[in-house]
Amino acid sequence: MLEVKGLDCGYNGKVILENVSFTAKEGDMVCLLGSNGVGKSTLIKTIVGLLIPYKGDIFINNEDTRNLIWKDRAKIISYIPQVFSSMFQYKVLDIVLMGRTSYLGLGSSPSKEDRDIAMEAIEKLKITHLKDKIYSRLSGGERQLVKIAQILVQQARIIVMDEPTNNLDFANQTIMLNHLKKCIDMSMTIIMATHFPDQAFLYGTKALLIKDGNVTEIENPNENLTETYLRDLYDIDLKVISLGLSDISRKVCLPVF
Amino acid sequence: MKNCVLYILIILLLVIFLISFGIGRYPISIALLVKVLFSKILPIQVTWPEVVNTVIFQIRLPRIIAAILIGASLSTAGVVYQGMFKNTLVSPDILGVSAGSAFGASLAIFLSFNMVKIQIFAFIFGLVGVALTYFVSLKVKENITIGLVIIGVLVGSTFSSLTSLIKYLADTNDKLPTITFWLMGSLSSITLQDIKFILMPIGLGMIPLYILRWRLNVLSLNEEEAKTMGLDTFVLGNIVIICSTLMTAASVSISGVIGWIGLVIPHLSRMIVGPNYKVLLPTTALLGSAYLLIIDSFVRSLVEVEIPLGILTSLIGSPFFIFLLLKSRRG
Repeated sequence: MLEVKGLDCGYNGKVILENVSFTAKEGDMVCLLGSNGVGKSTLIKTIVGLLIPYKGDIFINNEDTRNLIWKDRAKIISYIPQVFSSMFQYKVLDIVLMGRTSYLGLGSSPSKEDRDIAMEAIEKLKITHLKDKIYSRLSGGERQLVKIAQILVQQARIIVMDEPTNNLDFANQTIMLNHLKKCIDMSMTIIMATHFPDQAFLYGTKALLIKDGNVTEIENPNENLTETYLRDLYDIDLKVISLGLSDISRKVCLPVF
Repeated sequence: MKNCVLYILIILLLVIFLISFGIGRYPISIALLVKVLFSKILPIQVTWPEVVNTVIFQIRLPRIIAAILIGASLSTAGVVYQGMFKNTLVSPDILGVSAGSAFGASLAIFLSFNMVKIQIFAFIFGLVGVALTYFVSLKVKENITIGLVIIGVLVGSTFSSLTSLIKYLADTNDKLPTITFWLMGSLSSITLQDIKFILMPIGLGMIPLYILRWRLNVLSLNEEEAKTMGLDTFVLGNIVIICSTLMTAASVSISGVIGWIGLVIPHLSRMIVGPNYKVLLPTTALLGSAYLLIIDSFVRSLVEVEIPLGILTSLIGSPFFIFLLLKSRRG
């Protein structure tokens, strides 16, 4: 469980977000919504430890994360940045194996067991055919799946992602989100920044609306994330429409011209 | 398969090692060489003139060991820096170590110091150059990696200007040629004493890098990814800088500036075994040793007057590098 309490965060001495508090439990998918440059990435980087908070605390499983070393932190929380790649021509399997870093001793390299864990993740994501391909030459969608495999072998229960569906085509977005849904079903916790309110409707158990340095927490966005909230968040005219699909109610958010 | 490459390289290095003993103004056959070498441990009757012993143990052996150590050091420093700076065009000189050493040596020659002091000055000023770069770049808030590269270039250029100043002021009959020749890089006057001088710093640099080599893969990823995957990039980055600097400063202090090897050999190694440091690091070290040993053998046998090694490494290095770039572009 992740608990953020009274957090002030920012960088270079500038406060971007003030007094942020929320919790994310097992099985939660928390969607961070807000315009460009509003501080989504800042909040995310602070949560994973890349930025030091000015005030407030971040607890994971009731443990203060402030003084955690990277090795211990990596075992409980993992992160997928907006952009990632490698300058060098590593094979996909090598890239996935790097997810085992926090479990390996200083002088050791991945063992047979680490390889098995990596292969299991690769098979789970149905990318076995990519295992010997060069990572940096893959398409954006394939690379994203490899990155997820790497995060899975890291075996942290909390995954934080900065716009994971950015640059993905429509099918790959859906494939990606379905994989994340499976993680949630295995009672992991996902926190992700997104530009699509629809994703919050469809997958979110919680939404955080970020605007003007403030964060509004909304439980069960499919029910409670109303047109008013979204209009206020993005400052444009829009409409939320309910679709009467077979057994569940689904909502989509559309701009109004 | 990849371990196979390592075994082949070890055998290759051994063969070049034996052949290079025989090469030079005083030719020695491999049969004689083997006999002489074994005579040190086995009771073999000495049937050769004393001069053979002198040539092998006093002249060629130090030079060959130096080529092996320096070739391995410069290539290893290059390959680990390229990963850390995520740029394949980075060479061991990037943080100003060679420029610092060159200045230290020039200053010592200018002040008429003896050979030992020249080496110590070169070594210390190499460390000073990198230390300057490091501590100034810590003040650059934005991005430590980019800060290091920019400050490194500036520090390097400052030391080069100071070296030029010393050359300008130096006595043109005696000191200027000595400085100029030193800067070109050569293994021609290496003694066993020099080897003892560099063995420790090179060992101190090489061993930690060899032990930590798998982690260098993670270090070569984007810094935020590496950290959140559990790698303390700050600590490992510092270890890499210290180790590379020790190896490069030690090498430069006894051989002068030998360029290009730290750039070309990592590229060639990556083409052969791929980017995984588990195999890449030993491959690069072995290949670097073999390369420098071959070039140095050419240097001392090709023409009547010995060409400085540094000239030949860049003369061969730069076209070879262009060839590698073209080849990898196509592949």
